[in-house]
Amino acid sequence: MIEYLMDSEFLLLLLKIIVIFGGVMGALAYLTWLERKVIARVQMRPGPTRVGPFGLLQPIADGLKFLFKEDVIPTNANTFLYVAAPVVSLIPALLSFSVIPFGPSLQITDLGVGLLFIFAITSLGVYGIVLGGWSSNSKYPLMGAMRSSAQMISYELSLTLSVVGVLLIANTLSLAQIVVSQQRTLLGFIPRWNIFLQPVAFLVYVISAVAETNRLPFDFAESEQELVAGWHTEYSSLKFAMFMLAEYANMVTVSALATIMFLGGWAGPMFGPALLQTALPTVWFVLKVGVFIFFYVLMRATVPRLRYDQLMKFGWKFLLPLSLANIVLTSLIVAIAAS
Amino acid sequence: MMQTIFFVFAAVAVGAAINVLVQKHVMYSALSLILMLTAVSVLFILLRADFLAVIQVIIYAGAIMVLFVFVIMLLNLPQDEDGADRLWWLKFLGIPLGLFFLFLVIATLWNVESSVDTRAGISGSAGAIGHSLFTDFLLPFEATSLLILIALMGAVVFAKKDL
Amino acid sequence: MIPVGWYLILGAVLFLIGALGFFIKRNMIALLLSIEIMLNAVNLTFVAFSAQHAQISGQVFVFFVLVVAASEAAVGLALVIAIFRNRESLNVDRSNLLKW
Repeated sequence: MIEYLMDSEFLLLLLKIIVIFGGVMGALAYLTWLERKVIARVQMRPGPTRVGPFGLLQPIADGLKFLFKEDVIPTNANTFLYVAAPVVSLIPALLSFSVIPFGPSLQITDLGVGLLFIFAITSLGVYGIVLGGWSSNSKYPLMGAMRSSAQMISYELSLTLSVVGVLLIANTLSLAQIVVSQQRTLLGFIPRWNIFLQPVAFLVYVISAVAETNRLPFDFAESEQELVAGWHTEYSSLKFAMFMLAEYANMVTVSALATIMFLGGWAGPMFGPALLQTALPTVWFVLKVGVFIFFYVLMRATVPRLRYDQLMKFGWKFLLPLSLANIVLTSLIVAIAAS
Repeated sequence: MMQTIFFVFAAVAVGAAINVLVQKHVMYSALSLILMLTAVSVLFILLRADFLAVIQVIIYAGAIMVLFVFVIMLLNLPQDEDGADRLWWLKFLGIPLGLFFLFLVIATLWNVESSVDTRAGISGSAGAIGHSLFTDFLLPFEATSLLILIALMGAVVFAKKDL
Repeated sequence: MIPVGWYLILGAVLFLIGALGFFIKRNMIALLLSIEIMLNAVNLTFVAFSAQHAQISGQVFVFFVLVVAASEAAVGLALVIAIFRNRESLNVDRSNLLKW
């Protein structure tokens, strides 16, 4: 890993960083638009339509609004932690984009332990919620923070264990290699995506990912009907915008991980002239990630929230044993097939 | 370049460790410890132990310290309580003695010659550690799984309200 | 290049800070945090030696130290919760009933 960091060409790296980071930030802004539109259509109303055609300038209007709002810091809040919490939430959320392969050569860095790096970084994102809730010195944020921290560390277990099956098949922790290992075909025409080889792991991963990113039906941290706004109750203006950006960035990260590990990443049918072919893998990747994000937003619009103890019971007593059984079964099959 | 990285992150680690001692409220101590753990994780990367570096962040900074922070939030501790400290003068004896001990250790270690050549040697990848764990160290590996089970049961029993 | 001695010295410094914290602090959770600092210093020393001798067993041992640290932190925190429930204070000087 040290050799890679020392040898890479600096300008190409800088260009990749600018392209990926710029693209991701633009995508996060328009994800808010997509979410509002989809939820609105599910609820049979039009959604934002006034600001620009189809409401496409709405995220820009929202950004400006966040910029100009009054920045309130509660009197008894712990000021240093209160201001640091959104930053602690946002930095890990954006950092995980540095190892995600958006295309065959559009990846900022390919770490040998890339997958574990993403899990390490998302487990540091828990602190943003915990600190935000605790430093606000108010009862609703504290409850949201405590619920969320217990939920996130519980579902981190089934999240990481569910991908061990994929790792047993791909034999590597590097994300680019996992994508490359899915480029063969099963039975001649079905692509060898891990969703066909590990369906149970895929289901466990999707459920754990929704719980890990605090989205409905697992958004106990910010359950609007119970806690006023959960851990970000006392936040306003840009700090709140940072929390929201971090939540959407986490969503995109777990969706990107799901496509890389289960749907073959940037692989897809190639056609057209050579110039189109260099852009086509990224297009396929973005489309597959878009499928997951659409599914996320649709779940938010349709599925109700359960109870907190049902969530914890489900995570510890069902998902964890299921992913462990999946690991045992997969390792048996891999060991038998290898001999 | 690597020496710069080493010095920066060594300074961060030592500064964060000292901050753990200096802070009055234990929540700030826990957060400084998280900073120290991530700085030590970067030092692991410099020593070609990348698997251990990410494992340190996942387990130590991401799970154990969340447990600490959770307990601190749950117990809702006030500032560090004063009083009932009959041995307050021991600090002024202990810290100079500790520094003297440190001086002895550094004097011993200062001339350790070999540099850690990072372009050769072992690769601390997951595969290498896994291979070693499952062949040479299989018995300790199984013993630690038993240890974790016992610790799990112990923690549940101790924290129960009514046994 | 970075001599191994520097890592060992850093490990010694961190261990000393952890030990000082263990002796000085009176809050039980702060004592547990100081133990974690000491364990981390030991981990750093193990990994430095593993890189010096080009053997992987140093890193494997760090793995075991990490596991032991995790279990000790879990049980220690459970004890802290139990003590706090009974005494309303985490000061170690208040838990001195067995003292002569």
